[in-house]
Amino acid sequence: MSAAGEAAELRVVLPEHLRTLAQVGREVVVSVTPPVTLAAALAALEARYPVLRGAIRDHGSLERRAFIRFFAVGRDLSHQAPDAPLPAAVVDGHEPFVVVGAMAGG
Amino acid sequence: MSGVRVLVGTRKGAFILTSDGLRRDWKVEGPLFGGWQVFHMKGSPVDPNRLYASQSQGWFGQQVQRSDDGGESWAPVGNEFRYEGVPGTHQWYDGTPHPWKFERVWHLEPSLEDADTVYAGVEDAALFRSGDGGASWQELAGLREHGSGPKWQPGAGGMCLHTILLDPSRPHRMFIAISAAGVFRTDDGGATWHARNRGLNSEGILPEPEADVGHCVHRIAMHPSRPDTLFMQKHWDVMRSDDGGDSWVEVSGNLPSDFGFPIQVHAHEPETVYVVPIKSDSEHYPPEGKLRVYRSRTGGNEWEPLTRGLPQENCYVNVLRDAMAVDGLDRCGVYFGTTGGDVYASNDDGDTWTGIVRDLPSVLSVEVQTLP
Repeated sequence: MSAAGEAAELRVVLPEHLRTLAQVGREVVVSVTPPVTLAAALAALEARYPVLRGAIRDHGSLERRAFIRFFAVGRDLSHQAPDAPLPAAVVDGHEPFVVVGAMAGG
Repeated sequence: MSGVRVLVGTRKGAFILTSDGLRRDWKVEGPLFGGWQVFHMKGSPVDPNRLYASQSQGWFGQQVQRSDDGGESWAPVGNEFRYEGVPGTHQWYDGTPHPWKFERVWHLEPSLEDADTVYAGVEDAALFRSGDGGASWQELAGLREHGSGPKWQPGAGGMCLHTILLDPSRPHRMFIAISAAGVFRTDDGGATWHARNRGLNSEGILPEPEADVGHCVHRIAMHPSRPDTLFMQKHWDVMRSDDGGDSWVEVSGNLPSDFGFPIQVHAHEPETVYVVPIKSDSEHYPPEGKLRVYRSRTGGNEWEPLTRGLPQENCYVNVLRDAMAVDGLDRCGVYFGTTGGDVYASNDDGDTWTGIVRDLPSVLSVEVQTLP
């Protein structure tokens, strides 16, 4: 659990192909300096694993790739504003922030 | 004894096929990058251990992988392909303006002189260059911005820059081809470009059949000893140019269909050319269900079917534009892969064929390296 102003240790669950790219296991932990928003979490993830740049969101616009979804605490956060805060349970590390490859054939 | 390494990109990963100079027994390794589309893999002519691969997927976008040990190990390098300036629009399928947007790398062409220099042909059509082994990419924006870009339009597979030919005798000359825009040439290393489509005719496809741009060129090929002679498989028509693309003439001759995708030139005979005729633009399979490579030993017009070892009934696969290659051995090896996942090889100039491997995912590209 992080105190106010301290970096949050976020648990992030990655889909299999991104685990392979980043050479990590199912779940990684990244430090995010408050405010802990969706955009801050993704920036911290990309800073820790640069190979993920461009794989989750577009390089230039930073828009979420069309077939990527973000889940946490039983909710779909994919369409929330990038600067919206993540749920407290995610910030506290009780629940993971989950990056998902959308269900689609191919 | 020398050997060959065949690099196969498929819709669900890459495979590396190796053999000695006899090219009879093959070792198959893969899949690499399983689950990803590997549009193209190619080795550096300067350093055969340096390989580049384009790895793409709808979910997670583009990666470029590099190997420095002949494919034993790989590491992702740069994947940021950012158009210079404000990219503007090209034509969409319905003729309306459509914003340029990077989708994927179709083709990687390593430099003839430097293993760290490599060119990338991308969708939406543009040419990028890396001088640091793929770590970073810069657009050669003179192509996209030369003036006709707003008239370019996607073919069925997307608006891709799929062919990059480097002139071995003129380091600053390069040819590229785009579906559906046509052929372009630079003589100053990529700063300025000119359309080179005179003689192409796209009757029934373009409102102005002999327009400067808009032609759906599927592939062009060059023999390194005659860089002014180019061969082209167009959407329809097989063409040749003997003046560096300044003008083109049709050499389809007696082909059963002049629609197709790949075209290749024999390694030692600059007038020997290979194509794989496909029935039509909507029926992407061989005429009569017979998979036939056609060979011309006269630089076109007179073609002979090569069938020995290839399925001659009930075959309805396609061979995509980057899925044919030749090695440098004597006799020349010819290789191609099908959308049905089979890779065929000939170790005798195409006279006879054997299947190296079958039932792979649909084959997108085939390249071959001739190893010392």
